Parts: sequence; structure tokens; C-alpha cells
Amino acid sequence: MSNVKHTQPLDFGAEPMLIEVGPSHPATHGITRFTCRLDGEVILEMIPHIGYLHRGFEKEAEYATYHQIIPYTDRLNYVSPLINNVGYALAAEKLFGVQAPPRAQFARVIMSEVSRITDHLTCNAATAMEVGAMTVFLWFVKAREYLWEMVEEVTGARLTTAWTRVGGNANDFPDGFLPALEERLVKVEAVLKEGETLIMRNKIFLDRLKDIGILSRERAIAHGFTGPMLRATGEPYDVRRADPYLVYDQLDFEIPVGTVGDCFDRFTVRMEEMRQSMVILRQACDKLPPGDFHCRDRRVWMPDKYEVFNSIEGLIDHFKIVMEGPKPPPGEAYQAVEGGNGELGFYLVSDGSGKPVKCRVRPPCLNFVAAMPEMTVGHYVADIVPIFGSINMIGGELER
Amino acid sequence: MTDTQTTGHPAAAGAPPALTALLQQTFPGVVTAHHAQYGDETAVIGRERMLDVFRFLRDDPRCRFNLMVDVTAVDYLPRVPRFEVVYHLKSLPLGHRLRVKVPVAAAEAGVDSIVSLWVAADWYERECFDMYGIAFQGHPNLKRLLLYEGFEGHPLRKDYPKGLAQPLVEMRPVRERYDYHDEYQPVRQPAEN
Repeated sequence: MSNVKHTQPLDFGAEPMLIEVGPSHPATHGITRFTCRLDGEVILEMIPHIGYLHRGFEKEAEYATYHQIIPYTDRLNYVSPLINNVGYALAAEKLFGVQAPPRAQFARVIMSEVSRITDHLTCNAATAMEVGAMTVFLWFVKAREYLWEMVEEVTGARLTTAWTRVGGNANDFPDGFLPALEERLVKVEAVLKEGETLIMRNKIFLDRLKDIGILSRERAIAHGFTGPMLRATGEPYDVRRADPYLVYDQLDFEIPVGTVGDCFDRFTVRMEEMRQSMVILRQACDKLPPGDFHCRDRRVWMPDKYEVFNSIEGLIDHFKIVMEGPKPPPGEAYQAVEGGNGELGFYLVSDGSGKPVKCRVRPPCLNFVAAMPEMTVGHYVADIVPIFGSINMIGGELER
Repeated sequence: MTDTQTTGHPAAAGAPPALTALLQQTFPGVVTAHHAQYGDETAVIGRERMLDVFRFLRDDPRCRFNLMVDVTAVDYLPRVPRFEVVYHLKSLPLGHRLRVKVPVAAAEAGVDSIVSLWVAADWYERECFDMYGIAFQGHPNLKRLLLYEGFEGHPLRKDYPKGLAQPLVEMRPVRERYDYHDEYQPVRQPAEN
């Protein structure tokens, strides 16, 4: 297989053939359909069709209170659900004008970075498996399991975490969490190194990824790319650095970038980002301050049970929050966080009632799937697999 | 979260922030309202010259908004104008953000498409059309994105009931289902930016 993009029709006068890749194809990670027109094995044209996993998140959110939306956000990006929780909580806090205390903010950073590692592990594991490196897949998924067990210890669930609240987190870290996390990080690091040793100098692997699915820096920006896909083209845009939220401005980390913008660059950028996430994790664990894990603002946070049963104010506050939901002032707020795939934005509009007028999610991978034709046309049909693997499409977030 | 984002509270009347002032100066009368609530700079502009404004925002050296972050709409039923199309812009070289809102009185008349300026707006505008029925004039391929052809209505409109069931799509013959030839258009050339 050559890495040359074909711009001219091939010599043998074959009639263009129409094939459907998907909707339920093992390499489509979820349900997506590509209608491809092929000349021999070369893709002449491609039309992506999405929407198979559309669940009406935004419509549901308009009928839910600001706290009831949190469990829905888990289901957006289900390989890094905690980042969605954090992003939504930050947007809602912006709208309410409340702020989580420092310990909660550091805890959110820690859980976000754990999620980022699980996200990138999933993506790179799948990419490796699809081009033949089954061992790497199994090892990376094993490493992901180490971290998901940590997530489970904190939130009680592996995927459906619903851990943040408006104004804080559902609970604090359990005893002995930080040493256990450090232990796991060492193990994950070892797995990353092992995995890299297996494939990073493997000719088959390199041939399948290098110079495949190139998108230049200018085109990537024009397509609205963010996250590892954009950084692989050399543009060092990272929301954590560009518009710092939480306590990322107090942490020291590097932003890995690629040079060419092909599948291999995306793979290596993700590998490097996992290491940087560990750098962030270790700093955040060191700096984790003592204190509360939630705010004491009665507008958003339920009073303690003792107060509910013993004071009329406590009872009223409890009743109001449960029956009507906390009410923000009228207005609108947009908050972006760096999700596993790029800029994950939440845009909330309030009319002063307990339910949002609009709850919009800016899905980072929508732009990637929209750019699939530009990345694949001229390549072989087999190259759809690594290209689509490298964009890490998450149906829940793409179609909401 | 920085201080400026949390302390700012509803609609600061007073001097407009830098970008809004620049827009007001360049396009007199186009900016009908503005605010910087919670630190998000926002300008509401009229539909008539929106393409000029967006081109200015993209190309002017003081703006350089090269990343079209998001396009969405909000339904403010029963307010008039009912809809608002909301654009979120980010400048990678200069680092600033801007939210631009364009009120839409009638969804059928819609707003101008900005796909010619940012190709990223393509699918976002299609999704907006899908969910709100807002027509983006000049969009090269304005079809439903998340829902299927034959879906009735636009579900994110406030007058669309949440529990409304749609009629099932009838089984189509295989030949018809795979007869895509009319649907095929030549691959679009990349837009200028």
C-alpha cells in the first residue's frame, strides 16, 4: 500500500462503484455510515451520514433543572465522562455566579486528567487494533481499566459518573486515593512504554498511519478542528492554556504538537498528551489543598440534613432546590473546556426560571467527521479505518 | 475560572468593550445591542450586513477570528423576533473570543450562510436547520443532519412537544434506497478559508 494520494483516475477503465461503509461496521466505533464512490480501491467521493445515536439531549435539558442535566452529560463522551461533567458544572456555575472551593477545583482537574488518559488510551488502542496490533489494544485497555477502577472508587461508577454538582463535587476523594492513584499511574506509564516499543518502529504500523489523512494547519483551522487533531497539524491551541479554567494556570505542563497532521502525528500527540496529563496529575495531587469539596451557597447547594429538619430556612431551601431547581439570573454563558477530543463548549441560556431555555453542547468531533471527505478522498478504501480511528469519533457527543 | 468571568453580572450598561466598539465604528448602526455578561463579549447585529461583518471579523488584523467555534440558535417563543442565531468565534493568533447574535424574525427567511467564510459552519448550519428550521441562505447543501429525511417538524422549537411521536418511515425498496445518483454532487472545492 502506498501513501500517495491519488488525484487522477486509475488507468484501468473501471466503472465507479458505490459502497456503503457502515452503519454497523466494526471500524466505525459506534454507528456512522459513509457512502463511498470508488474507482477500483481509490475513494473518489465520500458522504458521511450521522444521526443514528441522536437522543435529543438538548431537548431533554430544556425540561430538566440545572442539577438534573448532569447525568445526561455523562452520556455525551462516554470514554471521558468526567470532563463533560466538569464542563457542564463550570458553565452552570458561571451562569449562577458561584465558584467551587479550591479543593473541589483541584479534584476536578485530577479527575479530568484521569479521564483524558482513559480517552486517549481508548482511541490509540482502537487505532492500533484496527491496523493489526491486537496486543497493544489489549494492553492499553488493561491500563484503562486501572484508571477506571480509580474513577469507580471516587464516583461509584465507571462510565455513568455524574460526579460534579453546580458549586462543587458529589463527594470527596476516599481515603488513600492519592497514593493508590500514583501506584496506578506508574503501572499505566509502564504499559504505555511497552505499547510504544511494540509498534512505534513497526513498519506495518507506520505504513498504515504515516502520510495518511493529512489535513494542513490552515484547513484544519478552517474546519474548526480543536484538540489533538488540531495540535497534530502544529497549531498549539489548548483550551487549558489559551483560556485557563479551574486551576490549570497554576500547573506547569507542555502542549505536544505534530508537524504533518497525518494519522501518525495524531497518534503520537495523544501518546505524549497522556504523559503530560500524568505531569499535571502529579502536580495537582501534590498541591491538593484541604477544605470543602463544595460551596455553601444556599442558592445551589442543598442545606445539611440537620438544618432541613431543624430550621424553617433549611426546609424552605431544600424544598425550593428539589421542587423548582436552583434559579440563575437571566442571561447566557459559554464555557469551554479541553475535552478528550478538543474544545467542549457548553452554552447555557437562562430566563430566570429553574430550567434552561437552551443548553447547547459544542461537540468537538462533529468537525472531524464533517472533514472526513477531505481527509479520505484520494486514499484507498482501507485507509478509512486508520483515518476514522484517528478522529476518535464518539457517537454520544457527535449526535447528542 | 478567572475572576472576571465570575464577578461580571447582568448586562453591563456603559462603554462597550473593545471589539464591539470596533464593530460599531466600522459598521455604524449594525450593532443593535451588546453586553459582556460573565466576561463573554457579545454583539447583536442586524441581518442585512452580517456577511460583511463576519468577513471583517475574520480578515481584519485587529480581529483575526479564524476559528468558527459554534453556530447554534435559540428559540425565544413568544418573543418577537422569535429566533436568534448565535455564533461563537475564537481568534487563535490573538486569543480573544466573541459571541455574535443575529435575530431572525421568520425562520423561512433565515439568515445568510457563512459557509463561504468558514467551512466549519457547514454542518453546524445544517444542524441548526434540522433542529429549528432556520434557512441559511446560500448554504450549498442545506439538508437535515441528525434527523432523517421525512421527519416532520423541527424538534428544538419550543412549540414542538417533547413527547411527540413521529410516523414510522415506510420500508422502501432496495433499489430505491440505493439509488443515490441524484444525491451525488461533485465534491465541493474547499472554501477560501
